[in-house]
Amino acid sequence: MKHVTALVAALLVVALAAPTVLAFCGFYVARADAKLFNQASQVVLVRHDDKTVLTMANDFKGDLKEFAIVVPVPTVLEKGQVRVSDRALVEHLDAYSAPRLVEYFDDDPCSPRYPAALQAPMGMATARRDMAVDRANSLGVTIEARYTVGEYDILILSARESGGLETWLRDNGYRLPAGASPILGSYLKQGMKFFVARVNLKEQSRLGFTYLRPLQMAFESPKFMLPIRLGTLNADGAQELFVYALTRKGRVETTNYRTVRLPTGMELPVYVKEEFPQFYRAMFSQQVEREDMRAVFLEYAWDMAWCDPCAAQPLSVEELRKLGVFWLDEGGAGVRMGRRTAGGPVDVFMTRLHVRYDASHFPEDLVFQETADRANFQGRYVLRHPWKGEARCAAAQRYREALRARAEQEAGALASLTGWPIEEIRRKAGVIPGGENNGRRWWERLYGE
Amino acid sequence: MQTLTPVETAVHPPVAGAAAPVLPALRWDPRLYQIATLSGLLGYGVFWLDLEVQTRTAVAIIVTALVTQLVCTRLTGRGRFDPRSALISALSLCLLLRTGSLGLAMLTAAVAIASKFTLRVRDKHVFNPTNFALVAMMLATGSVWVSPGQWGSGLVFAFLLASAGGLVVNRAARADVTLAFLASWASLLVARSLWLGEPLAIPLHRLENGALVLFAFFMISDPRTTPDSRAGRLLFAALVALAAYAVQFTLFRTNGLLWSLAVCSLIVPLIDWLLPGRRYQWRSSP
Repeated sequence: MKHVTALVAALLVVALAAPTVLAFCGFYVARADAKLFNQASQVVLVRHDDKTVLTMANDFKGDLKEFAIVVPVPTVLEKGQVRVSDRALVEHLDAYSAPRLVEYFDDDPCSPRYPAALQAPMGMATARRDMAVDRANSLGVTIEARYTVGEYDILILSARESGGLETWLRDNGYRLPAGASPILGSYLKQGMKFFVARVNLKEQSRLGFTYLRPLQMAFESPKFMLPIRLGTLNADGAQELFVYALTRKGRVETTNYRTVRLPTGMELPVYVKEEFPQFYRAMFSQQVEREDMRAVFLEYAWDMAWCDPCAAQPLSVEELRKLGVFWLDEGGAGVRMGRRTAGGPVDVFMTRLHVRYDASHFPEDLVFQETADRANFQGRYVLRHPWKGEARCAAAQRYREALRARAEQEAGALASLTGWPIEEIRRKAGVIPGGENNGRRWWERLYGE
Repeated sequence: MQTLTPVETAVHPPVAGAAAPVLPALRWDPRLYQIATLSGLLGYGVFWLDLEVQTRTAVAIIVTALVTQLVCTRLTGRGRFDPRSALISALSLCLLLRTGSLGLAMLTAAVAIASKFTLRVRDKHVFNPTNFALVAMMLATGSVWVSPGQWGSGLVFAFLLASAGGLVVNRAARADVTLAFLASWASLLVARSLWLGEPLAIPLHRLENGALVLFAFFMISDPRTTPDSRAGRLLFAALVALAAYAVQFTLFRTNGLLWSLAVCSLIVPLIDWLLPGRRYQWRSSP
């Protein structure tokens, strides 16, 4: 069966980002009281054998001078462990794994034939600055490492206690959100270090990027988690986080929160094509509400070797390696059987998790485990275009009746997924609510006219 | 010095006036409650929480467990075939075991039941069968796993589960190990958060976990594997909690409770030797 996809990831991210202030595992701190916006965060989590490569992309829109990020990390990171990554890679992963629309066109009911379809694409990014040290020792703060990578000045800090760390950060021009101190203290006692990054404006202008590139760090630790607690401090309302996990064995899930599959496979009114980003956003919100905001959503789980339908081509070996997939040898990736749509490698399983969280519903950090589950899953929504041509056979009459029932069903599905009012959906979809009679009177049904 | 021989044949005083010998199956066998509760949980998990339990897998696990029980009973000549304990193990596996392979699911069920017949010290199971099978298969294959987060943290659910489970363990006269374990575990979690300066919402969230309740009421409480004396059981519960804490918070591994119970089960014979007590026994079953 021939079909093409319509992918709308870019729109999704942009649309999602607009109204909500979003944060990642760290928080943004300003040098002054500048208003900071912290958009949807995207994290690529490459993990195998306790080795982790973490890539963080943030859609920071403010003044780069004001950008700073503080992330708890399990080990001291040397300069060689930190890189600046390419935003396009994260965008590609996003596009590849985004929920997708599929279109089918009904056949001529009088002479059955087969469908065709179409497509579209997506987007995302980040930024920040520098500082001074000293006084550190007296406050019990140790600067474990200090270096510049790309446009970022980076410090790895450890401290004896959170008060000293907080004072040091404030003294050095970081504005901490209220309530940060106990959380910093908790991470310190767990032996964690703090990764602090700011934009080096000189480097930034020399390099000429107009946005902040994602930061990538590689480290080894048994902890398979994302620290989200700090992220709940610096923004209004809930935070939005996308985790793209790249592993060898199989699907990744959270062990301390439920991982719930996004509803998928529904047939929806055709007009949703024009409103897919809104649909996705509304549906996600509705599902979050349904789970009482206590679940992490699985949006995609697939072997990176292929896709069906493809929202975007799988990532190449080169791209995956740049994202930190360290187990792919040069040319070592074989080709797996099946519908392999691009030069994608194998031995990489991708999981896309999407979570909306706040401090009250997600009190503790996200902890993950890799399972042996290699079953494919995707968020996929179907549009079926009715046959528009002429049709004057008996079958056509039955087809039109079925169509009315189908339209009503599609409207119902959309209403249930998104919480949108059914009347409005019916109006937009042009459904005449005819109930089970399909708008026909009883004698019309009896006599078949 | 062993005082293990006297066997508690009646778990609970027979219900007043019950014609015990006439209708033995209808007496208060706690396993019937367990079976009912576990079946209810399975239904809840499948239909409400959408746990990834396939009917096909569940049926395969249950059938394999019962067949293994039958075969092992025949081979060892240990009394009559009694499906109750095997059914409990099978239902627990349905709730906890995750795998993409039907064959592995069946093998796990067979391992669980066979372990009861083979891994014995002084005629007592070393491991809770479900616990042993899960841990052994996770270690040996890497293709089965347990999803501790999938039960969610709904308070209502935890409460219901606890009440249902409470009923079960009270009947099984092993509430002490459950309560001691829960108390130890909660104390450790709260102490950790107090030390780290974390809000109490964090230990509470960890305690509101359905998998924890399942473990405390249906696995650690297994009267056939816990120490014989009350003092021994209290000690055992505290050890399981401590070791689970170590797995979860110092080794940072998932399913600390399962690993801990398996390891601690190995020292139960030692505890029984140090703190002897009366052996527990279901009526007529290996």
